[in-house]
Amino acid sequence: MTPESDDPASVDDTPWRRVLRALRARPGRSQVAAAVLCGLLAFALVTQAHSNASGSGLSTARTQDLLAILADLQGRADRLRSQVSTLQTTEGKLQGGSAGTAAALAEARARAQTLAILTGTAPARGPGIVLTVTDPRGSVPADELVDALEELRDAGAEALQLSGVRVVASTAVVGSAGGGIRVDGTPVRPPYRLVAIGDPKTMASALAIPGGVVDTIAGMRGAQAIVTTSPSVTVSALRPLATPRYARPAPTRSP
Amino acid sequence: MIVLLAVVAGVTAGLVLHPTVPLDLQPYLPIAVVAALDALFGGVRAWLERIFDDKVFVVSFIGNVLVASLIVYLGDKLGVGGELSTGIVVVLGIRIFSNAAAIRRHLFRA
Repeated sequence: MTPESDDPASVDDTPWRRVLRALRARPGRSQVAAAVLCGLLAFALVTQAHSNASGSGLSTARTQDLLAILADLQGRADRLRSQVSTLQTTEGKLQGGSAGTAAALAEARARAQTLAILTGTAPARGPGIVLTVTDPRGSVPADELVDALEELRDAGAEALQLSGVRVVASTAVVGSAGGGIRVDGTPVRPPYRLVAIGDPKTMASALAIPGGVVDTIAGMRGAQAIVTTSPSVTVSALRPLATPRYARPAPTRSP
Repeated sequence: MIVLLAVVAGVTAGLVLHPTVPLDLQPYLPIAVVAALDALFGGVRAWLERIFDDKVFVVSFIGNVLVASLIVYLGDKLGVGGELSTGIVVVLGIRIFSNAAAIRRHLFRA
């Protein structure tokens, strides 16, 4: 293959002729050596290219690169994990907060409704009785009606109304000079109509006990008391809410 | 002729055998291949310039591969393996280009 030994006469030959002649030449020692090395090179090249193509890139990456990739991924994972925990905390807060708020709101509403019924600022409806006292001669005194109210309260009346006036804890029933009575300053004339919401049977029997309210009123001149029970009576009279001038809410231990 | 046959045989063997590169050799094989390519181009150029010597070719081929692998190994030990590999590829690439240019001038007179 060495041109000097191959063909000393072809010094002026073009390189292409030399290439062709070399291709056709019988393999010598130098050609065998070159061929072995070239074959090795081709083999290594194909192997390397193949391992590069088949791997995902990580299998052939260097240690430092792998470490860098690993650190990068770990950093990202840490960041994402901390994000997850932050978001979970927020979610828990929001859920607990909204649930707590809703529950507190519902409870506050229920309390407000209960208090409104007790203080007479809201109308009420429910099972109860209607006590009608006819008194054409004006012979029923105010204290008899107070007795009736007390009897009904004892029997568990929850909302009371006397002839269109809401009866609450502070209600006063007083006799009036010209006949009739005044309920919280409102003049009321017979017949009196007392509406009570509560257990109808209990209240009716409380009024009807011997020597009780009904008996006493019936013993008065021309007066009569009639109790009717009903599955649904309405206490519609309202009482304005008086804002306390001196009393302020004191901090209490929340339940 | 025998060179071409050897190349074909090598490629075929690589494709058929599907050898997996041993883990210890993985950083060195690509650099060794590039170094061998450099030696190959240098050999072709020398042959065209009528100064080809098979002993020189074999020694330079093996020497190139060994030196390149050694540099990569040293770089790995020093912690600059990636950078040194890049440097070797750049240097060998430049040499391959210059050899290819010389070959081109010989073959095409351009």
